[in-house]
Amino acid sequence: MELTPQAELAAGKAEKLPAAKLHAVQYVIAAILVILGAGLWRLEVAGADSFRALAEANRIRKVPVLAPRGRLFDREGRLLVDNYPSVSCFLLREQVKDLNADLPLIAQGLHISVEQIHATLRRFQTAPKYQPIPLKQDITPDEQAFIEAHRNELPELETLDEQRRLYPRDGFAAHLIGYVGEISEDDLNKSKYAFYQPGDVVGKSGVEATYDALLRGVDGSRDVIVNSHGKEIGRLGQTLAQAGKDLRLTIDLDVQMAAEKAMEGKTGAVIALDPHTGEILALVSRPTFDPNQFAVRLSKSYWNEILTNPDHPLLNKAIQAQLAPGSTFKIIMSYAGLQENAAQDMHVMCSGGASFYGHFFACDKRHGMVDVEHAIPWSCDTFYYTLANKLGIDTIAKYATDLGFSQRTGVDLPDEVTGTMPSTVWKMKNFHEKWYAGEVISVGIGQGAVAVTPIQLARAIGGVASGGALKRPHLVFPDEVPPDELEAIHETFSGSGDKTVPLATANWQLITDAMAATTTSGTAAPAHMEGIDFAGKTGTAQVVSHSAGMTSLGVGKERANAWFVGMAPRRNPDIAVAVLWEHGGWGAGSAPVAAQIINAYVTKQRKRENNIRIAEIPKPEAPKPDTPAPPSGPPTAHLAAPEPMKPKASEAAN
Amino acid sequence: MFRLSSYRDFDWVLLGFVGILSVISVLEIKSATLHTKFHGFDQKQIVFLVVGLLLMFLISMIDYHRLVDIIPWAYGISIFALVAVKLVGQKVLGARRWINLGGGVHFQPSEWVKLILIVAVARYFWNLGGRELNWPDIGKAFALVCVPMGLVLMQPDMGTSLTYLPVLLCGLFLGGIRFKQAAILVLIFTVLIGGAWKSGKLLKPYQKARLTSFIDPDADPRGKGYQIRQSLIAVGSGGIWGKGANKGTQTQGDFLPIPYTDFIFAAFCEEHGFVGALGVLLLYFLILMRLIQNAQTAADLPGTFIIMGVVAVIVFQIAVNIGMVVGLMPVTGIPLPLMSYGGSSILFTFLALGIVMNIRMRRFVN
Repeated sequence: MELTPQAELAAGKAEKLPAAKLHAVQYVIAAILVILGAGLWRLEVAGADSFRALAEANRIRKVPVLAPRGRLFDREGRLLVDNYPSVSCFLLREQVKDLNADLPLIAQGLHISVEQIHATLRRFQTAPKYQPIPLKQDITPDEQAFIEAHRNELPELETLDEQRRLYPRDGFAAHLIGYVGEISEDDLNKSKYAFYQPGDVVGKSGVEATYDALLRGVDGSRDVIVNSHGKEIGRLGQTLAQAGKDLRLTIDLDVQMAAEKAMEGKTGAVIALDPHTGEILALVSRPTFDPNQFAVRLSKSYWNEILTNPDHPLLNKAIQAQLAPGSTFKIIMSYAGLQENAAQDMHVMCSGGASFYGHFFACDKRHGMVDVEHAIPWSCDTFYYTLANKLGIDTIAKYATDLGFSQRTGVDLPDEVTGTMPSTVWKMKNFHEKWYAGEVISVGIGQGAVAVTPIQLARAIGGVASGGALKRPHLVFPDEVPPDELEAIHETFSGSGDKTVPLATANWQLITDAMAATTTSGTAAPAHMEGIDFAGKTGTAQVVSHSAGMTSLGVGKERANAWFVGMAPRRNPDIAVAVLWEHGGWGAGSAPVAAQIINAYVTKQRKRENNIRIAEIPKPEAPKPDTPAPPSGPPTAHLAAPEPMKPKASEAAN
Repeated sequence: MFRLSSYRDFDWVLLGFVGILSVISVLEIKSATLHTKFHGFDQKQIVFLVVGLLLMFLISMIDYHRLVDIIPWAYGISIFALVAVKLVGQKVLGARRWINLGGGVHFQPSEWVKLILIVAVARYFWNLGGRELNWPDIGKAFALVCVPMGLVLMQPDMGTSLTYLPVLLCGLFLGGIRFKQAAILVLIFTVLIGGAWKSGKLLKPYQKARLTSFIDPDADPRGKGYQIRQSLIAVGSGGIWGKGANKGTQTQGDFLPIPYTDFIFAAFCEEHGFVGALGVLLLYFLILMRLIQNAQTAADLPGTFIIMGVVAVIVFQIAVNIGMVVGLMPVTGIPLPLMSYGGSSILFTFLALGIVMNIRMRRFVN
């Protein structure tokens, strides 16, 4: 290329370009600017609305405001279950550019494994993209600081303030309260949970499950302005969360405490209820579990511990253990025999047993001549063998069914079982065999195929003592629940419910007097309480079927179950208690358990009647505002001194 | 050659339009960097503008014929500097574009080469004396521009190298290329570029990605199409009147990429709307028309060619930058003259304007 300068600049000086060419350039420029202007028009005028929406979607994020769950109180307004503030970490999938690259850092910072995160992501695969995924609950201040410090690198991490459940410690009342947890995939497919989202916390068992709709409240949301890193730079409007409803349970903390204490170290269940109304005063199942462990993500070791425990801690044995009732069934037998006018004049010679259909059925003692009044306190098997033989299985089954056996009671707790009451129809249906007359003999002493739950026994025997009025057991006062919700719960937890069975006054008096005799001169005499009209019936139920009758208690897992059903006072009792002590041996061993509970109850009532101060009763709760209530204190404070756990000084002195 | 009285002939009207645009630029840079670590860039821009103004007055004092005289030397030194950048330049963001002169001063030769090319092309076509172009003439013109262009493309800096192209095209058009020749050239380049695209050797993968994402920005909203998508949202959501100064959610929320340089027009559109954007386009139109008027009144061919070269570069940058912001052009990284933040871009523009002033001041010299 030629770079040497020309000598003369002047040579072409006079020359000019044709004006047309410059005009052409002007037109080209004008055209370009018009095209650009049209491009601007297309975006800013024609497309303004949709782009504005996109810009808003860019910067506005909906953050859920979780409603605090309703708290639970005992019948006197004492706090049972509270909430405490806690922080959870969520993952915003929309904010993620390359999640897989971030995972190791997230896992490290939150002290979880990459596999765990993958598992969580899989669970939420079907959820809409904008929905935050819970990565870890109840994170430590350390982990919170990690999230704050990595706002720019990990814009996808978001924290959320939540209210978390705080349950009484050591599994106190765990089975009746239940626990909450993240909703499972199976549950989401059920119609009951149609309006629930993955990640929602729901009641999984106990009152928490039954009354979930009331307790959960309505979540709100908050619109926040974020920048491209997901950092909150401003706030817009919000929808307030509606707190869940506080519920008052029928539980009496003092009775519950006595029951927990009496069952210490034992396996089994206790249920105490008020037969007038069906209100459950105490419900204990042992072994128990710690629902606080379920409130946050369960640790694997604790879950394994629960799963491998042969005594099934999660089972609420008060409503889910179906076992032979043993001699407690003799009350039902007596009721049937007396109502059939078969037992009144029956006199049976007990010489340590009797033979029926070619088999010898043993009695634990030689009672001599026995009538029904003595057969109950002495628990004479020979008498009831004879009575059962006289009544026949279908008559027994009819009366037992009337009293609610082989049906659910309709208690407001999930997963109640029915138990079994054999009959000819039952045997044909289940075994396609006819009933052999000889089979009825062991049914007479509550063995054979008879299986009952503690709650059935408490309701039935409490009902007999109340002149035949049976009530639906319940844990929440019906007036605490809106009528339509109550109806729905009765429908869901259908069962025997409220009913009245015929019971002649004479028979009523006879049975209740005989039960009172049990604790004075009968099988439960050691549990006699001076000054308390305490009535009851023992039961010693074989776990392994021996040929017939009670010849030995067995040992270990073969040791007999000790039953006791007690009440006070004997007629129209204020409290009925059923005690199941698994492998506890003689039923008389369970009598002191019931005695302690009834003693606690009666003592309390008397102190109240005599105007003796028994416990600090907090003022009724002020109605909660719609906004989340401020936490009532650090959780450790509750853990350190939970009201329910401390026996009152006045009671301890008793 | 040096007459103070000629400042009466200084184009104060043009400078007025440029001044308004510069003020708009500073305000928008301030808004776009308000909540970022680049806060304060507006003040640095003012410094650049002041230095640019000084350089503009300085260069207007030197008779442009002197520049035309020495241009072969300047051209030679430019080629040498570009080679030097390739060998010893600082690598920033994967491209060698800068020479560190020490003391925090960085020198980006490719920006200045643009100015030298404008004058060199003007001199080349002036030497041809206005006769009809033959193929060797065209070939030489291509060589003149494509050697530095190739060197810059190898840095790699596709954006700046592309700005050399309008200088060549403008020169060819004004220098008298015939329609038939132009048609043949277009045909040849269409075939060549098509082949190169397919072979994949012409463009680096990221450049290719930019081009494809321009065609369908929603294909990968979090990846390559992100910049374009956010730019379109920013512009579109501005509406007719805009969201107001410092109130653009896309700009202030850091959604819009580099809103103070390449995407400054998107930020401006978001905050000042269609009306504001048309105002800026109008200012550009007035500036360009004023420049062409000066080209018409220039005393001689070199003057006309130089001014038209400046016009070509500015129009090209406006078209590519605003075209990119409104989604009509791919992302190329070409700054918007007089609006985008950046010393090199500002200084080039003001030096170019200085030469234009220079030519205007000497239009009656005869």
